[in-house]
Amino acid sequence: MEELINVVDWSRAQFALTAIYHWLFVPLTLGLGIIVAVMETIYFKTKSEKWLATTKFWMTIFGVNFAIGVATGIILEFEFGTNWSNYSWFVGDIFGAPLAVEGILAFFMESTFIAVMFFGWKKVSPKFHLAATWLTAIGASLSALWILVANAWMQYPTGCEFNPATMRNEMTSFAAVALSPMAVSKFFHTVLSAWALGGVFVCGVCGWMMLKKRNYDHCQRSLKVGAWVGVIGIVLTMVTGDTSAVTVAKYQPMKLAAMEGLYKGNHEQAIVAFGILNPSKQAFDGQDPYLFDISIPYGLSFLATHDFKAFVPGIEDIINGVSYDNEGNVINTVSYAERMERGRRLQDMLSQYDAAMRSENRVMVDSLKNAINADFKNFGYAYLDKPEEAIPNVPLTFYTFHFMVTVGGYLLLFLLLALFFVYRPNILNKAKWAKWWHILAIITIPLTYLCSASGWIVAEVGRQPWTIQDLMPNKVAISDLNAGYVQATFWIFAVLFTALLIADIGIICKQISKKSQTDLDTVND
Amino acid sequence: MSSNVPENSQGFWSRVFHLYYDGFRSMTVGKTLWLIIGIKLFIMFFILKLLFFPNFLNSKCDTEQEKAEYVRQQLTTNN
Repeated sequence: MEELINVVDWSRAQFALTAIYHWLFVPLTLGLGIIVAVMETIYFKTKSEKWLATTKFWMTIFGVNFAIGVATGIILEFEFGTNWSNYSWFVGDIFGAPLAVEGILAFFMESTFIAVMFFGWKKVSPKFHLAATWLTAIGASLSALWILVANAWMQYPTGCEFNPATMRNEMTSFAAVALSPMAVSKFFHTVLSAWALGGVFVCGVCGWMMLKKRNYDHCQRSLKVGAWVGVIGIVLTMVTGDTSAVTVAKYQPMKLAAMEGLYKGNHEQAIVAFGILNPSKQAFDGQDPYLFDISIPYGLSFLATHDFKAFVPGIEDIINGVSYDNEGNVINTVSYAERMERGRRLQDMLSQYDAAMRSENRVMVDSLKNAINADFKNFGYAYLDKPEEAIPNVPLTFYTFHFMVTVGGYLLLFLLLALFFVYRPNILNKAKWAKWWHILAIITIPLTYLCSASGWIVAEVGRQPWTIQDLMPNKVAISDLNAGYVQATFWIFAVLFTALLIADIGIICKQISKKSQTDLDTVND
Repeated sequence: MSSNVPENSQGFWSRVFHLYYDGFRSMTVGKTLWLIIGIKLFIMFFILKLLFFPNFLNSKCDTEQEKAEYVRQQLTTNN
């Protein structure tokens, strides 16, 4: 058993490592792609050489990040096939379909037009070039869409039916999978947050150049686009964050409870604005979950349901089978103990199904298939040893959620101020504290990356122990591998990705430094 | 192989070829990037994939039916 836990933990750590490293490259591609496209649109409209120079500067940075980051996500697919083979088989077609669409449509679109974007300045018409730049940016977002659809299905499995003969979930409705509320909110929240990150990146790089007193006019042009895209991105990220919270409250109430460290829910439930969790707190032990907290009355009820008076269940309520309906009324659902019983009955039926197939008893096969599918949403609970096993890591989910929200609020202020300074440049020019603003802009870049990674930690840690929500926990999703084997590949990835990250940061910094010493009001190539 | 031929006198595929050919030839930072991409893809597909990441079910089972039975056995005996 200990060996199994090690394999599960190392496989999870490996997946987390590769996903987080991969995500360091992706949001800058998504955000900077849009920013470059807007800049080129301004150049196309104005025919100003200055805007062309600015567009080309940021296009180079975009290109470096794109090139270093490209294909890093494929490693995640390697891991599915080797470390998570039970999961891969179990979801096969559903997970495969969005990834195939991503590969065929978005990837080819992206890789075709990126060549025109970089090589086509003097080869195609300005209008075609502009279209290629926009299509590259849109292609990157479409790539993200299909990956996020696949991820959303793991959080909220829908549009499928389990086939016990093949042991696979088979897609019954592509639209239900692609347009599920979880997929839609996840896509917009993720992609728009990348716009904010792109905007902050432009502000930070310009902060550094202005600190060095280089290319002031180029920075002003860059900030105008970067700050606007950033502000639009962060405002819409907040709007979609609200939609995400409602979706999570509806489909993953345990995650919402963990995000808030809420063990016992209430009507008119307050939200914790700042809190320190009681580290010894366990479910059902009666202890106060917080050592210290500052709460906003009614906040969580409103966040979860858009109704100030609604009931929001805590971790203990959910385990006991207390939840709420769409109107926010308390309802009794099935307790986790009962779901575990039902899951084990389904597991028995699956064994009987196997025997019925071998004896070619068609009546029994059909009857068992119907019975399994009727209650399949409880299947994964068969593998829990006790109901408390379904509680995610509360401190990690709670602190990363609050970090994300706090930094998100800071980013709104920062980007609004950046936008203000774009239109009131004299304030910054005359101010003695201007250099501190530029330093703040530089520091905000890594802070935004941490905020973005925190969002993913909330999304993924908050849904533990499930690989597929309610259907398959991690411990049965993994392959029967040796822990040492997974541990070895973990360290190989750590070295490979760290080298790529160093190369990425090194080349980007070198390019920024080199190009900032040239006149960025004229086109140099 | 020169791209001095007027572009509007070239065919579509010739223009596509020259887009890439001239683009790759005139790259500056791009050459370093392609080197990194090449090394990265080599490590990923020829070292990691081949040596460390075989398809687990393919190594255990030959047919789709066997894979289904293997996973069923895993999911019905694992508690």
